[in-house]
Amino acid sequence: MAEGSEEKDPKQLTTGEEKPKSWLARMREGSTSLKGRAVEEAKTYKDPQDTQLWKSIFRVSHDRSDPRNRSLSILSNVFLHLHPAKINRDAVRYPFTWGMGGITFYLFIVLTFTGVLLMFYYHPTKGDAFRDILYLEHDVPFGKLLRNMHRWAAHLMVITTWLHMFRVVLTGSYKRPREFNWCVGVVLLVLTLLLSFTGYLLPDDQLGFWAVTVGTNMARATPMLGHEGPFGPQLGLTAYNDVRFGLLGGSIVDANALLRSYIWHCIGIPLVASIFMAVHFWRIRKDGGISGPAPVMLESEMKAVKKKTG
Amino acid sequence: MRRWIVWSSIGSFLLIDFLMFLRFFLPRSIFEPSSVFRIGVPSDYALGVDTKWQQQYRIWVTRTSDRLFVIYARCTHLGCTPDWKASENKFKCPCHGSGYDSEGINFEGPAPRPMDRADVSLDAEGQIVVNISKLYEYPKGEFDNEHSYIQV
Repeated sequence: MAEGSEEKDPKQLTTGEEKPKSWLARMREGSTSLKGRAVEEAKTYKDPQDTQLWKSIFRVSHDRSDPRNRSLSILSNVFLHLHPAKINRDAVRYPFTWGMGGITFYLFIVLTFTGVLLMFYYHPTKGDAFRDILYLEHDVPFGKLLRNMHRWAAHLMVITTWLHMFRVVLTGSYKRPREFNWCVGVVLLVLTLLLSFTGYLLPDDQLGFWAVTVGTNMARATPMLGHEGPFGPQLGLTAYNDVRFGLLGGSIVDANALLRSYIWHCIGIPLVASIFMAVHFWRIRKDGGISGPAPVMLESEMKAVKKKTG
Repeated sequence: MRRWIVWSSIGSFLLIDFLMFLRFFLPRSIFEPSSVFRIGVPSDYALGVDTKWQQQYRIWVTRTSDRLFVIYARCTHLGCTPDWKASENKFKCPCHGSGYDSEGINFEGPAPRPMDRADVSLDAEGQIVVNISKLYEYPKGEFDNEHSYIQV
C-alpha cells in the first residue's frame, strides 16, 4: 500500500498535464471491478438444474449413474418418451432394419415443414395455382429450394415406405404378434400414396391435371360406387352423383377438384396419417420392440461366457 | 335396456353424422360449362374432321359422305383428350397411345371401344344443337340412333 501510494504520487505529478486517467485505463478498471462483482453475484446463483424453472420443465434430474433415473428422464419427456427407454442392441443394426421406417418418418417431418412454408405462397385456385408455382420457382427467396425439397422428399417417401414394407416382409416382421401393426402399416402406405396423388394436382400443370383426370376416371369403374362400374347404372349412379363426383366436387377436374385436393393434401390426410403413425410407433414397442435377428454376442462377452463355462 | 338405448342412440347419431359427412361431398349446384350448345349449320363443315370446337367444347365434328356427327373428345381408355394428327389421318391419345381413325373408331392402343358420339339435332334455324350430357356408345349399338348423327 505504502509503495503503491508512493509510486502513484510521482506519476500524478509527472503526468499532470494528461488529466486524471486515459479512458482505456478507466474502462479496464471498470471491467475488472464489474467482473469481480459478476463473479460474486454468480456465486449466489443456484445451479440451473436446481432452479424451480428447470425442475418444473424436466422434473427428473439427469443422473447418469442411476439406471432408474436415466429411464425416468426419458419417460418423463414428451419427445424422448416416443423412444423406448431401452432397445435391444441387435434390433437396431442397419443391415437388418435398413432404417427405412425412421427415414420415412423423417421425410414426413421434412414434408410437413416445407409444405407449411409453401402454403404461405400458394393459392388453391384455378387462376393463381400455377402462377404461384412459377412465382415460387423464380422469385420467392429459397422458393425453388423449398419446392424441390418438398417434391423430392415426396418421391423419396413413397420409395422408402415401399422399402420399409419390403424389409418387414423379408425379415418376417409381419408375423405374430405384429400382425396388427402390419395392417396399420398398410393403411399408412395407402395414406402415403394418397398424399402423393393429391399433391400431384396442386401445381395445376398439364402433368398433374391429366394424371388426376386419368386417376379419377378409374373411380368411374368402381363397383357399386362408380357410374361406369359393375352395378353402378343399376343403382342409379350418373356422372353427377357417383364417387368420382364426390372426389372432384364436380363432373370435371376443375376449381372444386383443385380445392378438394389441396384440403385433403394439407389437412385431411396428414391428420389421419399422424394418428395412424402414433399407433404404429406405439405398437412397435408394445409388440416387443423392433423385431430382431438372433442376438449377436460381442467378443468380450464371448470370453466371459467361455470363462464361465470353462 | 337403458344402456342399450343410450348406446344405440349414440351409435345412430354418429352413423347419421357420417352419412351427412358423405353427403356433404356431393354438392347440389355445380358451376360447370353448359352441356348444350349450338355449333352453326351443317354446311359450315367440309368432309373430314373439324377441330375448331376442341378447345371450347371438347368435341370434334366429323362429316362423311352422308352423315355429320359429333365425337366427344374423350379417350375411352382413361379420359384424356386425344390429338387430331391430320398428316396421319388419326386421333392419337398422348397419355397411353390409343389411336382412332377419323370417325373415332379405335384401332391401336389400350382403348376398349370407339370414342362416344354426342347427341345432335337441328333447331328451328337449322343450327346444329349438341348435347354432350347425352352420349352414344358403339358397343351398345347406338351409333345408328336417331340423334347420334345428322343426315346430310
